[in-house]
Amino acid sequence: MIDYAHFTPLSALLGGSLIGLASLLLLLVNGRISGISGITGQLMNKPSPSNYWSWVFIAGMLVGAVVGVSANNLTAPEIDSSWLAVIVSGLLVGAGTKIGSGCTSGHGVCGIGRLSVRSIVATLTFLVSGIISLYLTK
Amino acid sequence: MTFTPRNLFFYITVFFSGTLFAIGLQISSMVEPSKVKGFLDISGAWDPSLALVLFSALSVFSIGFALLIKPRIAQNKPPIASDKFHLPAAKEIDKPLILGAVMFGAGWGIAGLCPGPTIVNLVHMDAKILIFFITMLLGMKIAQTLKT
Repeated sequence: MIDYAHFTPLSALLGGSLIGLASLLLLLVNGRISGISGITGQLMNKPSPSNYWSWVFIAGMLVGAVVGVSANNLTAPEIDSSWLAVIVSGLLVGAGTKIGSGCTSGHGVCGIGRLSVRSIVATLTFLVSGIISLYLTK
Repeated sequence: MTFTPRNLFFYITVFFSGTLFAIGLQISSMVEPSKVKGFLDISGAWDPSLALVLFSALSVFSIGFALLIKPRIAQNKPPIASDKFHLPAAKEIDKPLILGAVMFGAGWGIAGLCPGPTIVNLVHMDAKILIFFITMLLGMKIAQTLKT
């Protein structure tokens, strides 16, 4: 059954378009894939001319986040998971995206958008895994 | 590194792309774990919003890719402000791809957070988000160490 009380189609379409546009820009102008797990992973490597762009991208994200928070009076989202659940899921998300070479942005948007079979398989896999995991832990 | 107009343009675009990405995540409410969980919860009251976020992001990106980027690659032309397109070379559906996706999905379903929203939410200085971010980095580090 669709939860019409929480369904926000217009903001979903607008926000999603901006994400797609950002990814398109980064690849067309800079030749880089906006896979946030990969970009975040670069922060643990020694800064070098080949990964400066990752730092700049994250800085841009943080500035965008601050602008958005103050423009729309956003408050911190409710994290209803226990501390143990937060730690376990953080470890799984970190290790999983490293081993599987990507997350929702890299595989889900850029990979599928390039019709990469690997990314289509990865996205379907983490969607199913996410549905099962939520069902078992909710 | 010397600053030329070209690499200044490069970094300004990278920065702007990050900004746009973060604002897109906020506008679509994908920064809220309850929204993500509402989508993954197909047995309860289902919130399809995430599907529309993915659909619109994919529409913009894939049309742009087909019209603007693919022809450049076919003609061996570089990106507008860089030397080459850094695209993943791997083609094979291998064990790490599946194992990693299963692990990532499992973590995603537990807390409703993935890397993009986590970075955006850092600005709230919330303790649970900070711990999630740190353990996520730790998970990446552990996976990298085990690989090599």
